Amino acid sequence: MKNDPKILPERGFTRREFLKSSGGVALFIGASGLMSQLISCSDTEGIKEQLEKHPITAWVQITEDGEITIYNPAAEMGQGSMTSLPLLFAEEMDADWSRVRVEFSPQESDIYGSEGWAPGSKLMFTVGSRTTKAYYPVMRKAGAQARYILRSSAADHWGVPLAETSTKNSEVIHTSGKKISYGDLVPYLTVPEDMPDISENDLKKQEDFELVGKYIPRTELPSKTDGSAQFAIDIILPNMVYAVLERGNLHGASPTLLNEAEILAMDGVLKLVPFDYAIGVVAKSLEQALSAKKQLNIKWGDSPASGFNSQEVYATYEKIANQADKGRILNEIGSVDNAASIAAKSYTADFKNDYVYHAQMEPLNAIIQVAEDGQSAEVWVGSQQGPDTKLGVPDILGIPPEKVNVHLQYLGGGFGRRSMNDFVEECAFIAKEMAPLAVKLMWTREDDVGYGAFRPLSLQRLRASLDNQGNITGFSHCVIGDGGHLVASGARNDHYNIPNQLVEWRSATHGVRLKHWRAVGHGANKFAIECMLDEVAFQQNMDPVALRRKLMANSPRALATLEKVVEISNWNGPLKEGRAKGVSFVEHGSLGTGVCEISVDRKTGKIRVHHFWIAVDAGVIVQPDNVKAQMEGGIIMGMSSVLNEQITIKDGRVEQSNYHNYPLLRMQDVPDSIETVLIDSNEIPEGVGETATPMVAGAIANAFLKLTGKRLRHIPFTPERVLAILNS
Amino acid sequence: MPSYSLNINSKSYVVDVPEGTSLLWVLREHLGLTGTKYSCGIAQCGTCTIHIDGKPSKACVVPINGVANGERIKTIEGLSEKGDHPVQKAWVEEQVPQCGYCQSGQIMQAVALLEQNPKPSREEIKSFMNPVMCRCGTYMRILKAIERASESSTL
Repeated sequence: MKNDPKILPERGFTRREFLKSSGGVALFIGASGLMSQLISCSDTEGIKEQLEKHPITAWVQITEDGEITIYNPAAEMGQGSMTSLPLLFAEEMDADWSRVRVEFSPQESDIYGSEGWAPGSKLMFTVGSRTTKAYYPVMRKAGAQARYILRSSAADHWGVPLAETSTKNSEVIHTSGKKISYGDLVPYLTVPEDMPDISENDLKKQEDFELVGKYIPRTELPSKTDGSAQFAIDIILPNMVYAVLERGNLHGASPTLLNEAEILAMDGVLKLVPFDYAIGVVAKSLEQALSAKKQLNIKWGDSPASGFNSQEVYATYEKIANQADKGRILNEIGSVDNAASIAAKSYTADFKNDYVYHAQMEPLNAIIQVAEDGQSAEVWVGSQQGPDTKLGVPDILGIPPEKVNVHLQYLGGGFGRRSMNDFVEECAFIAKEMAPLAVKLMWTREDDVGYGAFRPLSLQRLRASLDNQGNITGFSHCVIGDGGHLVASGARNDHYNIPNQLVEWRSATHGVRLKHWRAVGHGANKFAIECMLDEVAFQQNMDPVALRRKLMANSPRALATLEKVVEISNWNGPLKEGRAKGVSFVEHGSLGTGVCEISVDRKTGKIRVHHFWIAVDAGVIVQPDNVKAQMEGGIIMGMSSVLNEQITIKDGRVEQSNYHNYPLLRMQDVPDSIETVLIDSNEIPEGVGETATPMVAGAIANAFLKLTGKRLRHIPFTPERVLAILNS
Repeated sequence: MPSYSLNINSKSYVVDVPEGTSLLWVLREHLGLTGTKYSCGIAQCGTCTIHIDGKPSKACVVPINGVANGERIKTIEGLSEKGDHPVQKAWVEEQVPQCGYCQSGQIMQAVALLEQNPKPSREEIKSFMNPVMCRCGTYMRILKAIERASESSTL
């Protein structure tokens, strides 16, 4: 049955839509053009349900004048999803990129999710460098389906066989030379009766890509140079009120407010909202809310963190490492104990990592308006999304998820911090009290630091065993710290050919809030692994590159990144006096090897990084310039965290409060150059957001070992620590 | 509540806010000029950098009563009509921003630099740009963009 798109109600639908669900595609024709919605199920009831919720959800919309809107299902936090995902769709659709606009999709994971962690599940969650990899097949297939519909509609319109049509640059072309633009096709669009499933073979070959792999400027960047890019913190609604919370810096301590009447009498203060761990103040203006927050007189109770001193805990961790009982085994190959027992040489070293803070430039915030009847809510937020795309709001309001509409905004930095919903839930809790007034909840920078959720402190004890030929035969890696995966990710060595390996995690708990921080445990664990390899090379009087070359013999892709970076960094070339180079390898989805060149001021202990070179294999590169940007940013963030950043906790209290005592790397300390080479590949794309950051510590420490013969084994390498080591 | 007259981007505004209210809150929450961002509130990060009488200033620590006497306030919204100031163009050409949150501050600082020193050396750029932090680590491209804008200098 080929329906005229203008023929309306179908299965009880009253809107101007045409529904077809064969072949896994639902296509709606709306008033303004084509909206191709792709739902994998052929369950019409499911599709109907979606339709009722979202009358204009779609991956793409084409207007009759040829403007194409493609929806991005991922958060945009600077990593480029606003370009890379629509680009994949446009590539397969053969869309004219100059006519493409990009918008965020609705936050509905059953429609817009990529494959989740549980079989058959779908997920919208911009974490773990998974976006490009997870959406690569989804966006390409969706784009190809749209193209098929365009071709078949043109073929029908012309009365020619489908096989005689092709597409290019937003036009369908007939073998006779006849052409019709996608915009002009809109009135004639129909869904073919026999819509085929799109297979891998129907997708473009890499060599035919016209957008993927080319230099394409990022779509939203102009708006990020004129102040018009909208972050959640920029939302202003009529009659909006402001909420701030005083949470203290002792995580989970419960507050007793001692001057409630005084606060309530302050100008503009509308309400006090108690939380288990905070006191909320709602006021007419932000400055009034902040004034009241300053005046709060709160007596804080104890928390599980009370009595905890972060800089003293390493002694406890060393004792835990000394215990004979193993922790949770995360990876075991062969027997490291056997390898050690017959080893010609064994080396053991401990590596320490202080807490670090996300320091995303936009402090946490959310804006929520609950309807007067409490039965629906609008949410504006910069979020990395989550298994619950409604971010915990429905539960707090006691309403169904479909009654919560999340308007995703640009994120002023994520780095993992915006993949938890504490700030959204706080806002929902207050907005419920203030309905129907919209509430803007703001964290100050002091709130963001003091009540942060940090990358955990950890100790890594590594042991390498060598045979009498100098081959590494055993490698054991014991991680001690709080947070499981948060401390243990990245401890495996899948690209180093070592016959006996053990990774174990031993837990410790301190009541300090923890969270994924760019590259998660890779930061600490790659530091430990890469330094341990250089320790072996140093002891064996071997070139660190030669050692890795041998270890990577069975991992050609990893080895290629090593060889490439050796070449571009001129690894064996002459160096200026007082400088040395260090190497470090990281796998985090994509594979990368980095080399840095450093010097150290022996009077102050300040390390200067002069150059960084990176070779990365990230599979098919969707946006080469953006991959380079991610490498540059990842190195800078890595340098910042490795050289400067440190959260310390005394008697459970976070000692830092703002950028004056949590300094980030500034312009004066950037390297002279960061050079990235991308390895050609036709493998599926891997994420690039977390590859560079964890290579920094190892590369710097390895260069330092070469330069000074001394070891940096405690992140951050602050001038004081470096000086102490130089003088030891 | 006192009333203040402000000259922002060559337009007059009147706001009623308590004395001592920071110019940043006035710009953002009262006047809707949200291109200027809040990040630290203590003049450490430079994210809120604007120009007052042509000088780069951190709006978060400027009290409203200090800029209500005819001082010329310029924000990112007033930098150009169409986002085509040479520095803005260079920012797009070098694909500088990542998350973008600090970039208004970066651009305002860069414009102030080039207005007083049209041909800065790399070291001069680093020194002048040092007050404005970027967590995404876009510094390498900021350097290139300023050099590009300087070369195309028609400021």
